[in-house]
Amino acid sequence: MSSATQVPLLTALQAAEPARQPAWRRQLRGAAWQWLAEHGFPTAKDEAWKYTRVAPILAVPFQPAAAQPNRRLSAARLAQLVGDYGGPRLVFVNGHFAAPLSARAGLPVGVRLSNLAALPDAERAVLEPLLARVLQVAPHAFGALNAALGEDGAVLQIPAHCTLERPIHLVFLVDSDAAPLAVHPRALIQLGAGSRASLVESHVASGAGIYLSNALSQVVLEAGAELEHYSLQDASRSAFHLARLDVRQARDSRFSAHLTACGGAIGRHEVRIALEGPGARVALDGLYLPGGEQHLDNQTCIEHLAPYCTSRERYKGVIGGRGHGVFDGRIIVRPGALKTDASQTIKNLLLSATAQANAQPRLEIFADDVKCAHGAAVGQLDQQAIFYLRSRGLTEPAARALLTHAFVSEMLEAIRLAPLRSRVERLVAVQLRSLEVAP
Amino acid sequence: MLEIENLHASVEGSEILRGISLRIEAGEVHAIMGPNGSGKSTLAQVLAGNPTYRVSGQVRFQGRDLLAMAAEARAVAGIFLAFQYPVEIPGVGNLYFLRTALNAVRRQRGQEELDAMDFLALAKERMQLVEMDPELMNRALNEGFSGGEKKRNEIFQMAVLQPSLAILDETDSGLDIDALRSVAAGVNALRSADRALLLITHYQRLLDYIVPDYIHVMANGRIVQSGDKALAVELEQHGYAHFDAAPAPGQRP
Repeated sequence: MSSATQVPLLTALQAAEPARQPAWRRQLRGAAWQWLAEHGFPTAKDEAWKYTRVAPILAVPFQPAAAQPNRRLSAARLAQLVGDYGGPRLVFVNGHFAAPLSARAGLPVGVRLSNLAALPDAERAVLEPLLARVLQVAPHAFGALNAALGEDGAVLQIPAHCTLERPIHLVFLVDSDAAPLAVHPRALIQLGAGSRASLVESHVASGAGIYLSNALSQVVLEAGAELEHYSLQDASRSAFHLARLDVRQARDSRFSAHLTACGGAIGRHEVRIALEGPGARVALDGLYLPGGEQHLDNQTCIEHLAPYCTSRERYKGVIGGRGHGVFDGRIIVRPGALKTDASQTIKNLLLSATAQANAQPRLEIFADDVKCAHGAAVGQLDQQAIFYLRSRGLTEPAARALLTHAFVSEMLEAIRLAPLRSRVERLVAVQLRSLEVAP
Repeated sequence: MLEIENLHASVEGSEILRGISLRIEAGEVHAIMGPNGSGKSTLAQVLAGNPTYRVSGQVRFQGRDLLAMAAEARAVAGIFLAFQYPVEIPGVGNLYFLRTALNAVRRQRGQEELDAMDFLALAKERMQLVEMDPELMNRALNEGFSGGEKKRNEIFQMAVLQPSLAILDETDSGLDIDALRSVAAGVNALRSADRALLLITHYQRLLDYIVPDYIHVMANGRIVQSGDKALAVELEQHGYAHFDAAPAPGQRP
């Protein structure tokens, strides 16, 4: 780890720390800064950061975002940027809650959908430590930064045995054109026993500026709760997007996550799942499409802590130009996690000679009587298939596009929200076209 | 329609076609027979424009320089190859693919594209020609198809695309007798005065159902004998052994 002092990233951000803050906040921030001072930022020597160089991020003197963005965003422009999935919506612009763009009508009684900053101080003092949990379980510098600097964020709390029919949409938009901004989006999602919901997180940009989006989503599922979580990352192509999804699952809960990652100069998507109660199930799907000089890194860790839990993991990368796709997936089966059933598949498709992929499965099994299957593949488009399609009249670019779409189609089909699926299909189609353009 | 002169083809430095010359007129059916490894399938792939091969010589198709044309341009010009091993493409629907192909060809020919309804009507009609199970239409292209289903699918594609020159590479292999009969019926239905067929086969069996005007025997990358359909019967009796035994002139032992 390198020293945290003298890092351009921190200078303006640390200086902006307010003088007066409540005790809980001073304490959490103190702990985060202290962690950072002791451990510093990761280097290539840290296994989990082997492929993602943070030096380009540390070199930028990011500014904290002002509460009022320079430009007013219209609802029409927002819909254009992030879509509308027909349910309640919370919008954060540069990390700050944008009430006029948000919509909370139609929620069942007892469901809380709010921004953190709007909560009474006493309640926030209870919730904040949940968000800071990452500092205990698997700390790293950017997690600490989120704990220290995260201002606002989304809170979704669903009581027991309550089903949300329509998807919740959390929008984290960065409007950054002039000075490089750092934002630390946060979401806390708690589902009571037997409750059900689906949720979409959109991480998007309006404008092509450099910024750092350092996001954290914390999910807690009580017994038998079910959450479908979709994440759409379409950050600016010059941005740094570091996201972390941390999930705790109680007995018989179901969690499915679906990530589509297109944006960012450097993008990193960490998912940590703790299967804490027997019979819990998780399914992680991820599609990452780096091109140009993009670097997209996926780090997943599924921890089987209880018996009879199931985990399914399926990641696919399509990599063009000089893009670099990384997948590192740990599956840990703790002692006592009998009858664990885990599987992981990773497939990478390289569209150019300069594209690069790294896939690393890691199985750490400390229990008997478990099933763990994994497979990783890296390949190029099949020349014989291209010729077959061309012999039927498709041009070479059309044949390549058809085969590339075929490769990603199962990931798109896995999206159960139809309007989201068509949006992701369009986004992916545009990104795939750009991947075929030589760097 | 097709004039091949002194066609050579090699892959990874080894020469597979060693000077093929052949003339096919509109309305004719030619069969190329020969032992395994004689270069029959390479000839089919080279004519369809497989870029894997290094080729030299002259091939004119309807007066145009075929070897200068990309595979897709040959399809647009009216060449169709029914593959010996049709490629399985998971994630691409069979009908979606065929409509994309047909419209790609039509567009490049300056014709109007078919909409989904018109295409479906055409596909249904042509499917009956090869007695194809309509269930297969909604599956991914060739994925999980049996050998016979794949071959039927090739002839179905041919029936939709309506080529001027169809090259059928070992279409009979892997077919049981009933499938062979219905596939052959589909092919025969497409025979016409302005269309030519080039059949590539190891066995005479196919030629009982699709009767050729001319038969050519290939060995060691050359056509070593040509004749009418009586030649097939002769080959069935004596096999290919004596063609293989005689090294081609000029070849080093």
